[in-house]
Amino acid sequence: MWRWLHPYAKPEATYHLLQKLLPWFVALTLVTLVTGVIWGLAFAPGDYQQGDSYRIIFLHVPSAIFSMGAYMGMAIMGAIALIWQIKTAEWSIPAIAPVGAALTVVALLTGAIWGKPMWGTWWVWDARLTSELILLFLYVGVMALYFAFDDARTGAKAAAILSLVGVINLPIIHFSVEWWNTLHQGATITKFERPSIATSMLIPLLICLAGFAFLTVSLVMMRLKNEILRHELHRPWAQQRLEQD
Amino acid sequence: MSQLSSRQIWVTLLKRDLRIAARRRSDALNPLLFLLMVVTLFPLGIGPGPDILARIAPGIIWVAALLASLLGLERLFRDDFQDGTLEQLCLLPQPLAFTVTAKMAVHWLLSGLPLVILSPVLALLLSLPLQGWWALALTLLLGTPALSALGAIGAALTLQVQRGSSLVSLILIPLFIPLLIFATAAVENASMGLAVHGQLAILAAISVLTVTLAPLAVAAGIRMSVN
Amino acid sequence: MTQVASTNSPLLHAEQLSSIRGGRVLFENLNFSVSAGQLWQVSGPNGAGKSSLLRILTGLLAPSNGLVSFYGKPLSHNWSEYCEQLLFIGHKAAVKGELSARENFHWQQQLSSTEDIDAWELLEKLGLLGLEDELTARLSAGQQRRVALTRLWATQASLWILDEPFTALDVQGIALLQQRFVEHIQNGGTIIFTSHQSLTLSDLTPEKLSLEYQGEIL
Repeated sequence: MWRWLHPYAKPEATYHLLQKLLPWFVALTLVTLVTGVIWGLAFAPGDYQQGDSYRIIFLHVPSAIFSMGAYMGMAIMGAIALIWQIKTAEWSIPAIAPVGAALTVVALLTGAIWGKPMWGTWWVWDARLTSELILLFLYVGVMALYFAFDDARTGAKAAAILSLVGVINLPIIHFSVEWWNTLHQGATITKFERPSIATSMLIPLLICLAGFAFLTVSLVMMRLKNEILRHELHRPWAQQRLEQD
Repeated sequence: MSQLSSRQIWVTLLKRDLRIAARRRSDALNPLLFLLMVVTLFPLGIGPGPDILARIAPGIIWVAALLASLLGLERLFRDDFQDGTLEQLCLLPQPLAFTVTAKMAVHWLLSGLPLVILSPVLALLLSLPLQGWWALALTLLLGTPALSALGAIGAALTLQVQRGSSLVSLILIPLFIPLLIFATAAVENASMGLAVHGQLAILAAISVLTVTLAPLAVAAGIRMSVN
Repeated sequence: MTQVASTNSPLLHAEQLSSIRGGRVLFENLNFSVSAGQLWQVSGPNGAGKSSLLRILTGLLAPSNGLVSFYGKPLSHNWSEYCEQLLFIGHKAAVKGELSARENFHWQQQLSSTEDIDAWELLEKLGLLGLEDELTARLSAGQQRRVALTRLWATQASLWILDEPFTALDVQGIALLQQRFVEHIQNGGTIIFTSHQSLTLSDLTPEKLSLEYQGEIL
């Protein structure tokens, strides 16, 4: 029994590493997100065309970028899980997917809120919004597949394969939707493409981007910690850990 | 006694599956009838005006084709999985990613190719102009191999899931989107007498890419499922 | 029969094999070597992991821990050579219900390139004559088993891994299968099979590997 415990030592090490790093990431998230959002919403100058409604970009752009980033991260973890059979990588797929899906939902909601004053309607088949919606479907597929299996390892493997298939398809989907959009919408200029941005707006946007990056990583770390604990419950170290907390 | 070449094995697997399919004709026929019925619903729901029908025909036919291709997918590997044939496929000396292409080819022959043959009827039902006919047939010919390849991924991943057919649709539909976009655009352009080479080339490229890479995912999915 | 150029390594070697299925330890730290020409019987009660062990030996199932090697190399390192040497009849016998006995045998011959074997003679031997055009799904369990076992006569593989081959067979069928076992072993072949009853095999004494029911819940 004890003999084959040693390959399982890894999740424990990962857990302790996460335990150590997490407070730092949470602190960084709080600092950057609070600074960026307050700066962006209260102090950055208004847009001469869009007035104050443009300020939603301080939430929309970072959430859209990291919804894609999280998918990339999930696919990379999937590849690691499939090639090296590392359990922590397998568990990080269910850890990342809901966070990515939540970011996608935030991007869609903020996009709709932005759309209302700009287009006069909550939903327009804009290329970016449509891509975001399809990304949400891809996340839903990965999560549905993961939870369809009784055996978590098989579920993780299936989800890993699907996320790799998805990541290869993502650029094709993105390109086809862009192309479809120009085909059907002709001259309408999408609000999401601005040739340049004033420095006074760029700085808070960059801070917000950093804030969302730290937020994404922190959330994933928290979820991964839980996943590790959940799967290692029968191991002595996990039980000790639970008793301590 | 000599070892078989990979090509002989491939042809043998293809022939065996075609023989089995011939014993269960309704499996291949039902999705086609479904497609025909779905297409019939649109004129009934929208009105028989040829103008509007011709305008939305490419979209209707392709959406119906995508849905029809999902119908038979659950069966693609399931019988082989349940009776142990899939294990034997894994134990052939040839790589699994190669042998599964025979199964994908059978699926295409039974679901993709009939669509191409059926396309004139569909075009006729929806008043698609003459130029649209051949474009529709061409997009189906170029696009359906990718449907079979992607479908095989969905089928392989959900083998262990009981009643996985809704799950298969959920994971596959987003992946079908690029095919739908380029295929319908090609048919629309053709109906208006515009050039369609670009869209057809992209469609062909997507198919080639999908048919080349999908077997790897299918093989990984089957290995995972028989485990 | 083709033999892979062998060193001193045994045909199959299992090292520290452990299997956990569904949170239950089936077996742990199994070590054994199977040499060419041996007959191995894996026995044990239901749920002791006999089928899992066989599937691990075929490479279909990954062990939770440990390694199976074929002539000294891990299975995955010379997978395609291993598959050429291997014939596996599992719990699921890979018989197509939609095909007749003759068709099932025909495709088997095609895939194992043993077309020179006379199908009619074999079908008669196995008592399937007269049923050869019936769809296999309509045959009885024992007859279906016989259809599955036709593979043992149409193969070039030297290593047979058989999961419960004697199940559902009548006395005559068991005798026929035993006779085939003897032939194969005498030709230098190797057989690993499971059985939960102990069989008296004429002329052969199998090496025994007993699995205990562990029932340890993780």
